[in-house]
Amino acid sequence: MAASVLYDAPGPRAKALNRVYSAITVVLLLVIAWFVWAKFDETGQWDAEKWTPFLEAPAWENFLIPGIIGTLKAFAVGSVLALAFGFVFAVGRLSQSKLVSLPSAVVIEFFRSIPMLLLMMFIYFMQAPLGFDTDVFWAVVLGLMLYNGSVLAEIIRAGVGALPKGQTEAGVAVGLSDGQVMRSILLPQAVRSMLPAIIAQLVVLLKDTALGYILAYSELLNQIVKLDGNFKNLIPAAIVVAAIYIILNTILGLAANYAEARTRRVARTAAPVGHAGAIDPVAAEAELVQKANAANAGGAGPGA
Amino acid sequence: MDLFSEYGSAILTSFGLTLRLAVYSGIFALILGTVLAVFRVSPVPVLRFVGAAVVYTFRNTPLTLVMFFALFGLAYQLGFNPAPDDLYENNFRLAVLALGIYTSTFVCEVLRAGINTVPLGQAEAARAIGLTFTQNLRHVVLPQALRSVINPLASVLIAMTKNTTVAVTIGVVTATGVNEASGQMKTMMENESDQILLIFIIFAIGFMILTLPIGFVANWASKRFAVIR
Repeated sequence: MAASVLYDAPGPRAKALNRVYSAITVVLLLVIAWFVWAKFDETGQWDAEKWTPFLEAPAWENFLIPGIIGTLKAFAVGSVLALAFGFVFAVGRLSQSKLVSLPSAVVIEFFRSIPMLLLMMFIYFMQAPLGFDTDVFWAVVLGLMLYNGSVLAEIIRAGVGALPKGQTEAGVAVGLSDGQVMRSILLPQAVRSMLPAIIAQLVVLLKDTALGYILAYSELLNQIVKLDGNFKNLIPAAIVVAAIYIILNTILGLAANYAEARTRRVARTAAPVGHAGAIDPVAAEAELVQKANAANAGGAGPGA
Repeated sequence: MDLFSEYGSAILTSFGLTLRLAVYSGIFALILGTVLAVFRVSPVPVLRFVGAAVVYTFRNTPLTLVMFFALFGLAYQLGFNPAPDDLYENNFRLAVLALGIYTSTFVCEVLRAGINTVPLGQAEAARAIGLTFTQNLRHVVLPQALRSVINPLASVLIAMTKNTTVAVTIGVVTATGVNEASGQMKTMMENESDQILLIFIIFAIGFMILTLPIGFVANWASKRFAVIR
């Protein structure tokens, strides 16, 4: 239901009222903006020397770029491991054998129900007793992998579950083994239909790298403190870092939108062929989207 | 089991603190999220823009940074101290504020998805009998939308309960020096380095006890209150 059906096209009175509401909102926003501006001004946050470092090389060379690299490194390694973990456990949970599917389900549900920060701390403190060097990078990355991997496993499983039954039956009918059906028929289609949800989860993963700050892993957020140590500009540094996060997430979000648009386009042409006319393609697609949304809502809650 | 005799009451206190964080943030997030959702579907363009801007900004900023900003930006720089006389309560309220605002953007998006599931005819019928936008939302659309998103909403609240651990960023502590769950677990792991696995299992079970009931209640409620069409 589009938002516009909630109200009629505004008449003269509604237009006037809308203008009044708009004016009130704008005034309120201006008051808040003025209050923030004045407070920042009072504490000298707008002083040029707090902002000019961001226009010069040293702040970027010594702090921001290494921070971005730290964040992206954890993101890259974490997302590759999480995707691998997700595929392995999704296939495991879908296995015909209870010996495989039950443990997979337990692992997935366990790691989904534990706060990721606790996981990271546990891995961090567990490294020394297990005889490894204590390395905060791996504590962060493995924490990201276990939680996001479990969520991705559920997304992929939902994608496979949303496929028409005929897909599996056709595969078995032409003599493929269970593994071959999964590998060459179900997974490619599930990944394609779930691509937007998968990328959305990667956005969550990118934001979750910021938890590394609490364990003193030198990612972007940690650089705020270091910048403040050098330039005494905590608030400007925090604003700049927030902007960098928003830009990084926007790029990933655009990728998700592109993937979604592409999936829709492909699905429209492929659906009638896949269902051989037995199912109304439009209804089937709607159902698929609905299931995908349900899976998305159930699996990918807001990250930290 | 001297771990329990030594830390038992501290563990209970820290989970009590976590529970309080979750309850207050949850209420705040549900209210603010509803307001944001109403903004985003309202006929006033400026309100729609404000709703979208708030959601976009906070959804794409890590919670750790929001927490960080609540303490260093709001409290230290802007002098916004919700409980100036009580340092512990002050940090607690700042954490509730940060977690609540962050979660409200997810509540808003879930509600908006719920509004989309209400059939077109419902809103059209409401308009046809002359209901205004607010009456339409209050009596026709939102009640149905809310009932169809109980499960996703529960997912958001479960994630929020787990996210209370991020409050360790600004240090939420009781007056007796007990941290919320993640800080308390860290302290215990530092002090009892030979029992790390046991400590982790205790806290893992603690969070399951907090989050599993939300899922069960939501499952029951989503069936009980399902809109039959």
